[in-house]
Amino acid sequence: MSQTYRIGRGLVDTNSTIKFAFNDQQYTGHPGDTLSSALLANGIRLVGRSFKYHRPRGIFSAGSEEPNALVELRRGAYQEPNTRATVAELFDGLQARSQNHRGPLGFDFMGVNDLLSPFLSAGFYYKTFMWPKAFWEKLYEPVIRASAGLGSLSGKPDPDSYDKGFLHADVLIVGAGPSGLAAALVAGESGARVILADEDFRPGGRLHAETMLVDDISGEQWVANTLSRLRKMDNVRLMIRTTVYGAFDHGIYGALEKKTDHLASSDGMPRQVLWRIYAKRCIVCAGATERSIAFGNNDRPGIMLAGAVRAYVNRWGVTPGKRVAVFTNNDDGWRTASDLVNQGVEVSAVIDSRDIDAPLSISGASVVMGASVVDTMGRAGIHTIKLSNRQTIKADCLAVSGGWNPNVHLTCHQRGRPEWNESQACFVPGGVLPDGMSVAGAANGALSLSAALSSGIDSASLTLQSLSIKPASVDTPRADDESTRVSAFWHVKESTKRCWIDLQNDVTTKDIVVSHQDGFRAVEHLKRYTTLGMATDQGKTSNVLGLAIMAEHAGKSIQETGTTIFRPPYTPVPMGAFAGRSRGKDFRPTRKTPSHAWAEARGAVFVETGNWLRAQWFPIDGETHWRESVDREVTQTRNSVGICDVSTLGKIDVQGKDAGEFLNRVYANTFATLAVGKVRYGIMLREDGILMDDGTTARLGENHFVMTTTTANAVGVFRHMEFCRQCLWPNLDVQLISATEQWAQFAVAGPNARKLLQKVVDADTPIDNESFPFMACGEISICGGTPGRLFRISFSGELAYEIAVPTRYGNSMMDALIKAGEEFQAVPYGTEALGVMRIEKGHAAGNELNGQTTAANIGLGRMVSKKKDSIGNTLSEREGMNTENDLALVGFMPTNKSVSLSAGAHFVSKGNEANTENDEGWMTSVAYSPSLECSIGLGFIQRGQDRMGDIVIAADPLRGGTTEVEIVSPHFIDPEGERLRG
Amino acid sequence: MIIHHPLLGPRDAAEFVYLGDASLINRPDASADDAAEQFYEYQYLRDNVAGEMRELWYHEQGDRSWLVVTRNTLTHEISKVELARDVARANGRDR
Repeated sequence: MSQTYRIGRGLVDTNSTIKFAFNDQQYTGHPGDTLSSALLANGIRLVGRSFKYHRPRGIFSAGSEEPNALVELRRGAYQEPNTRATVAELFDGLQARSQNHRGPLGFDFMGVNDLLSPFLSAGFYYKTFMWPKAFWEKLYEPVIRASAGLGSLSGKPDPDSYDKGFLHADVLIVGAGPSGLAAALVAGESGARVILADEDFRPGGRLHAETMLVDDISGEQWVANTLSRLRKMDNVRLMIRTTVYGAFDHGIYGALEKKTDHLASSDGMPRQVLWRIYAKRCIVCAGATERSIAFGNNDRPGIMLAGAVRAYVNRWGVTPGKRVAVFTNNDDGWRTASDLVNQGVEVSAVIDSRDIDAPLSISGASVVMGASVVDTMGRAGIHTIKLSNRQTIKADCLAVSGGWNPNVHLTCHQRGRPEWNESQACFVPGGVLPDGMSVAGAANGALSLSAALSSGIDSASLTLQSLSIKPASVDTPRADDESTRVSAFWHVKESTKRCWIDLQNDVTTKDIVVSHQDGFRAVEHLKRYTTLGMATDQGKTSNVLGLAIMAEHAGKSIQETGTTIFRPPYTPVPMGAFAGRSRGKDFRPTRKTPSHAWAEARGAVFVETGNWLRAQWFPIDGETHWRESVDREVTQTRNSVGICDVSTLGKIDVQGKDAGEFLNRVYANTFATLAVGKVRYGIMLREDGILMDDGTTARLGENHFVMTTTTANAVGVFRHMEFCRQCLWPNLDVQLISATEQWAQFAVAGPNARKLLQKVVDADTPIDNESFPFMACGEISICGGTPGRLFRISFSGELAYEIAVPTRYGNSMMDALIKAGEEFQAVPYGTEALGVMRIEKGHAAGNELNGQTTAANIGLGRMVSKKKDSIGNTLSEREGMNTENDLALVGFMPTNKSVSLSAGAHFVSKGNEANTENDEGWMTSVAYSPSLECSIGLGFIQRGQDRMGDIVIAADPLRGGTTEVEIVSPHFIDPEGERLRG
Repeated sequence: MIIHHPLLGPRDAAEFVYLGDASLINRPDASADDAAEQFYEYQYLRDNVAGEMRELWYHEQGDRSWLVVTRNTLTHEISKVELARDVARANGRDR
């Protein structure tokens, strides 16, 4: 099909032809086209179905404000719904489909909704689908969701990549139209660091849509000259296809740059970049957006904004119709008529709501002043309009102008409110602007070209002065001060047909009236009740019209009625851009233990614990179930020796003359008295008296301690200790540094642990039981001179040590330990075996230190020293945390040894119903104990310490099942601690 | 937001961790007769001001300084940034 509506060249490259498909039909266009200009060139007027009533809809605008022409762009996983055809750059092979219809676009089965429209006005869902209540979820909602809506997602992961970037500037200029270009010239020539961002792929703004001259040359030529001057300046960064979508605190702006949306394939490049721009100053030159007028059946394909019609003719050489009528309330609308006539397009009529002399003469057109359009005809595309004077006029395109709204959005992103300007009939920026922001050009109400250019120059000069930069002298470009006379006109009251306000959400004037009647009169309520101004266009063409009609109906002024709050983003930003590279496994960093490579080679199964990837168990040949591996690791460790990488524990180096005193205050128990060369277990409370963390701390020197924290709390404990050090006791002589990543640490546990270590620890350090008893520590050398640290501590309950070496030796250390252990059949063990052994030994861990429990609860109440103050000491004495019925950590064994216990089960006394009233506590950790050959558990139960031997019920109604359990000591293994002292 | 760190200059708020009311610096004396009452108030009765507020921020992705940031919670305007250690000392906290 040829481009029969292409009447000129405009700014497209007609020497080159590209192919695209719309609803699987092949068409052609040219480089420089948007999807909408190419569709119009091919005579396509019907491009979609409306949201609620499934009315036929066409292209309405020529920019990012488009409410109607939303399409699904691309195919497969690349498919993007709700893409505005007006900003989609045409590329060879582009595929687009219309949205929101069943059956072909020309005959939508859901069009029946339109006939039901008398029942579907504002608040319809709220009022109708109230009862029966059960029908909502099962019937109403699915049906509504299926029939209303926009485009559909591919349902596949987004195959594109997105990036994020950071930029700094003295001056950010938003918009490269006439005012933005003028401002950029001044700021650039003055040497300021400038970012000039424009959402279009062709900077220049309305200059390309108009035929006006600047400095006696065409607007297009002036733009080209200006851009070439700016491109020569190193201090100016021109960012095209870049939308500044939000103004945030302290001069931070969000911007989305489209990198490959105009290409057939992104070819490995990031599709879009989300920029965070730090700007000392910002000049908003965002232009203005035209608005419509509400009259009967004003939503038919072929009815467009007058400025858009002009843009298609002038910029793209496409006429949206062969016989065009214009309906306007302002002088600007007349320019559409004259530009069309100059391009040889027939203008059948110009209708002006103002009863004044015609501002221009339009050859061949019937001019009707003081009249309006009351109705239109043509279901799939307009063909006739009916006027208030009963005249009917033939037109296949109706260009409507209700005046222009400055794009004040960015000026309001920090809750600013625009002010109504009566003479220009528009909201202009007002009140307090975000710090460092100024506004120029049409965005500031300077609607004529000459006003826009001079306001760009002036505001740039003022901005530079505020930065103490001397503004360069730049001549204000000359242009005509064309007339922008307007007289507010919102709604054709003679219309008896539905008059649309918001095309995207199918909101009509009647909905505004209903909203008012139903009491939703504040604009924010009006928006929620009618959906006016919601969805992808955020009401750019409809909001002011809607609230003006609300004001009229309520008998209030527009200023009194006000606008809804403007929030970022200005135009839609894909979720993928916000995510950037933080997707999938890159969502957060992966921390690997020092012996990761060794474990990987050994075939370990890994588990994520926080950011860490830890070996969970190490299967060997023939093992088919994880329990086989874990049981073997536990048994072999308890019988001989096992080795585990425990480097993930937090390590905090504490040094200074007051280090001991400092630890006395952050730990509930005493540390200042700890002898050099000794380790002590410590518990830390929060200030509210609840347990925060536990771990061991070693005293390596008089003024040098090394603390360990649990893996999960490493960051939080360090933060807390810095708080204590800086904010509570600023004059203590103590320094902290996190050493978690500096040391690789391995637990070597089991009866043969010492024998194994004697093979790797250099002979000058005796580690026999007398020289290096339980809870000893010291600096040692390993494998012939490698520096290390040795701690005789035990989590497993066995004779055990933890040996530490600088992280770079960690992988080799693991290898060396396993090799040295060959004669003992030493096994590496993972986090599962670690967990089994600590449960067997009755040590508390994360499940027990869950932010709800006290030292007394875990049986360590006496560790909270009353001889000194420490964090949480005072509040831990509160009555409510020290009652007779307090929970106590004890062990549990099933009375039937073949039954498995489950963590999370709640305890009730035998004979009691399993309900909240009878709840006595809960199971925190369970494991299969290969040593006891049955399932065992740790848990909290009221007065547990006094109930040894009692049988209670562990109820697990969620997963089904109740188990009889016996309350036992939590120390299932070696309760006297003989092994670890051996 | 941008926080003007007294030692490091302007830093993005994303580098910081927020704690809350700077009154947390004024930890009560545990040896006071009414220590329990004082700790209760210290721990639980903090202001949540609509307007100018002194807050504790921690430069976790930076130099680990705790800062006292005077910020208007309605406008996010930051009028003053101090090292918490200096504030603590000025409040008479010692060792």
